[in-house]
Amino acid sequence: MHVQYLASEIGTGLRRNLTMTIAVVMTVAISLALFGAALLIRAQAETMKDFWYDRIEISVFLCNDFDTGATCATGAVTNEQKDVILSTLEDNDEVDEVFFESQDAAYDLFRERFEDSIADNITPDQLQESYRVKLVNPEEYEGVVSSVSGLPGVAQVVDQRALLDRFFRLLNGFQVAALAIAAVQVFAAVLLISNTIRVAAFSRRRETGIMRLVGASNWSIQLPFILEAAIAGLIGGILASGVLIAFQAFFIEDILVPAFQFTAWVGWSDVWSIVPILLLAGTGIAAIASFITLRRHLRV
Amino acid sequence: MIRFDRVSKVYPKTSRAALSELSVELEKGEFVFLVGESGSGKSTFLRLVLREERPTSGQIQVAGKDLAKLAQWKVPALRRQIGTVFQDFRLLPNKTVAENIAFALQVIGKSRKEINVDVPEVLDLVGLDGKEDRLPHQLSGGEQQRVAIARAFVNKPLILLADEPTGNLDPATSVGIMKLLDRINRTGTTVVMATHDQSIVDQMRKRVVELSGGELVRDQSRGVYGYVR
Repeated sequence: MHVQYLASEIGTGLRRNLTMTIAVVMTVAISLALFGAALLIRAQAETMKDFWYDRIEISVFLCNDFDTGATCATGAVTNEQKDVILSTLEDNDEVDEVFFESQDAAYDLFRERFEDSIADNITPDQLQESYRVKLVNPEEYEGVVSSVSGLPGVAQVVDQRALLDRFFRLLNGFQVAALAIAAVQVFAAVLLISNTIRVAAFSRRRETGIMRLVGASNWSIQLPFILEAAIAGLIGGILASGVLIAFQAFFIEDILVPAFQFTAWVGWSDVWSIVPILLLAGTGIAAIASFITLRRHLRV
Repeated sequence: MIRFDRVSKVYPKTSRAALSELSVELEKGEFVFLVGESGSGKSTFLRLVLREERPTSGQIQVAGKDLAKLAQWKVPALRRQIGTVFQDFRLLPNKTVAENIAFALQVIGKSRKEINVDVPEVLDLVGLDGKEDRLPHQLSGGEQQRVAIARAFVNKPLILLADEPTGNLDPATSVGIMKLLDRINRTGTTVVMATHDQSIVDQMRKRVVELSGGELVRDQSRGVYGYVR
């Protein structure tokens, strides 16, 4: 098979069927852009998890004189209760470190964080003592929380991961939605590719008939069609990558990052790891769809 | 070269056999006319040789290969040893004479060097040198058929199958085509020609195999079209 012959075949094929080729390129581009967005959302979730999970602890607030919950029925936490809570925490394999925060320490932090005027109305004994717990694996917080949350002397267990997880579930929802729309679009793209190849095979049946007759191999008969579809798919992948790169450059870097500096955002390394996937997926989907179509519609 | 052994072919969804229990052997270098009315099985015979169809029963050998045992991926190699010519020429309208012939070589992976040697050579053989840059619609029917024959023969096949090659041509032009096929036959290529053309068969006095209703009714060396029984 001559490269030049192959190139001219593909060129005429793509031009002859220009409207269909454009339709294929566009659907592939849209489906892959959505797929890329889904991957980027997942990367964002991972980035935020890495960023936040190291900074977050489980806080086990202990009863003070003002707490009235069931576990605080006996008033402020006693030393025996504190010992039980501490040993419960330390015996748990998932717990890495436990720090004790006294009422005075809590008061100091409070003063640091808020205006003196507010802090002036608060006394240390109105605040709660707490254990601050770091975990071995930030994902495994639920067992630790439930092991101490019912103990006498524990007013409240606050796990900031639970709050974050609600946010991650939202991100996950976006990701699933993007994937679902991408899947529908991919399906449409596959049907379009299949139809395009069918039309192409029909319009070139004279050539393929002669090729078959003179003993061209099946592969060399099918290759121009498959490459044609693969090139259209690749162009779709390139467009989708362009959309993703533009999104990163103009929306994330220029708008989101300056506006929300307290958290981490996906970077270019995430984008560059998604781009090859999009290019490969575009080429692959088109090539496979055309290959399967040819098996049915191009007798060899 | 071509051997049919009790070959039957029944097309799906039809009751009548297109060929039934046909046994015939064509030797290397022979020129054989395949005659018989429409629907007698001539085209089925040719399609079976090309393995475009597979027999319902019986054995076919072509160029020493048992077609039943031939793997699908080896079919192209078989077809490279068989040239085929049709009544309707089947040239590519947007390619020149030389390009049409070169196409047959390109798609089986011949090098540009080989093509540059083989194409002028075969054009000379079929008597079309000087017309290599014409498009098919600029040629007469006889010339178009010469191009088709050149394309079928350029790869030096062992067998040339011709399905009514003179069916669209006037008698004088047909004679020229027959001379060309005869010349190709003299190079050692086995020629099998399905035809309705009585005068040609009568003139050539070659082996005649007649089919009727899918059965062999006559196999005669140096025969004529209408056989007086």
